Amino acid sequence: MAPAAELVDATKTYGQVQALKGVSFSIEPGSLVAMLGPNGAGETTSINLLLGLRKPTSGKAFIFGADPRDLTTRQRFGAMLQESGVPELLKVIELIDLFRSYYPRPLGTQRVVDLVGLRDKQDTQVRDLSGGQRQRLYFALAVCGDPEILFLDEPTVGMDVEGRRIFLDAIRDFAAGGKTVLLTTHYLEEADELAERVIVIDHGTLVADGSPQDIKSRVAGKKISFTSQARLEASVFDALPINSSHVSDHHVVLMTSEPEAVLRELFNRGVDVANLEVRGADLEEAFLSLTGGTG
Amino acid sequence: MNRTLRMLVMQTRAEMVRFWRVPVFGFFSIGLPLIIFTFFGLKEATHPISPNLSVTVGTYVMASMAAYAVGNVMVFSFGMALAVERGQKQDRLLRASPLPPAIYLLAKVINAVLFGLLALVVLFVFAHFAASVNLGANQWVTLTARLLLGSIPFIGLGLGFGYLAGPNSAPAVINFVYLPIAFASGIFIPVSQLPDFIRSLAPYLPLNPFVQLGWNAIGVPTDRSVTTNALYLVAYSIGFFLLAVWAYRRDQSLKFS
Repeated sequence: MAPAAELVDATKTYGQVQALKGVSFSIEPGSLVAMLGPNGAGETTSINLLLGLRKPTSGKAFIFGADPRDLTTRQRFGAMLQESGVPELLKVIELIDLFRSYYPRPLGTQRVVDLVGLRDKQDTQVRDLSGGQRQRLYFALAVCGDPEILFLDEPTVGMDVEGRRIFLDAIRDFAAGGKTVLLTTHYLEEADELAERVIVIDHGTLVADGSPQDIKSRVAGKKISFTSQARLEASVFDALPINSSHVSDHHVVLMTSEPEAVLRELFNRGVDVANLEVRGADLEEAFLSLTGGTG
Repeated sequence: MNRTLRMLVMQTRAEMVRFWRVPVFGFFSIGLPLIIFTFFGLKEATHPISPNLSVTVGTYVMASMAAYAVGNVMVFSFGMALAVERGQKQDRLLRASPLPPAIYLLAKVINAVLFGLLALVVLFVFAHFAASVNLGANQWVTLTARLLLGSIPFIGLGLGFGYLAGPNSAPAVINFVYLPIAFASGIFIPVSQLPDFIRSLAPYLPLNPFVQLGWNAIGVPTDRSVTTNALYLVAYSIGFFLLAVWAYRRDQSLKFS
């Protein structure tokens, strides 16, 4: 059986910018996969190639082994895009009914409305919806055709905590029926909570692909920062178990997965340390450590 | 119901609902021709336009406004709607959906034709009661049919505008092009009263053969035959649709390549 979605050595260049530099992965039918990366790392470009919204500069994109640009292929997926709009003057229920008519075997209108929790807003025009309600409407449009695979590009952006809760449940419900879901996110917790597999993309290349536990152990870094009165030579940090270092003026930032060892060694070497702070790296920083610190 | 037909019905319905909810569009396509008609068509409405013709001033102005209204509906409904849809990036989600582009376009055409027809009926009823315009049944039908069929080039022009103009500038750009052409084509003022250089240009403007088809339908002698006027419009259709296809491809290659 063909993979639900597949990129084969895909590259994408926009003018001078190389957004994807040869990415390959395939998504098995029935799996829930999260694509993780900092902004502009290439996840959205990957989704756009898989949806046929962009053509790969080289390489291929397949949905169930077929060209995503074919109308028959498009009946098999639903999509929630980061940058897209719908007619502002239509009511929620009118828009859902309209999109349902595009698919051969759509879900019932009321079922869709309930799935996304918009029953009390179904007669509201799109322009009067809040940001979170709008996201849920886009989700409704993505699932209303009962697609086999669902693409969600940063679905929870702009949602409050409660909205996000409802939303993640809805995604889980959908996936529980044997469907395939590929979503992008900036949040490691979200990927961890939802997905059984995480693909990490940075600077247009695939840097990690594994279970959430696997990824977490690799990016679970600490950030050590301090100031120093003395002028520090880069050699001060030689042979320390650090992933990256950054020195500007008298301010030092070190990324490491062994903060205790690093600190012990710094004190041993007699480095002048003030305003010391050690905390868990946020995702952006964790990526820097994953990709070797060349931000 | 057949699935394709159902899709077309739903898509057309959505197009129509959107237009009804924008009062300003209804005003431009239905109200404005009526207002201009009251300026030019009500004074001495029942007098013949020239001593040797039975066509009244009211009838003549009504036919002119009818051409103006239908052309206006086509250029605006395609140009404006597309520019706005592009501005709001509605095309991205549609592009990822299984809606066939032909159905999308056909729904827009049906919506525009129905709107054009409505604008005509409102104008005709108003002219009938306010300016005692009376035509034979076949003349009403001929006038309506010619204007709706003859409006095809203006769909092409509207599509071209829709893919070239930005969402905010579209209304201004379309008016800037359409209104002067309407004037120079003799729709508001007879061509004979226009400055010489415009008079020599008038026969070659797209609205001139169009309004001549309308005048001819109500019994006004025109300087070109119906066939010649129709051929002019066919040529304009080809030109404008080529422009639209070029603009469409340009837009698509910017966004989806």
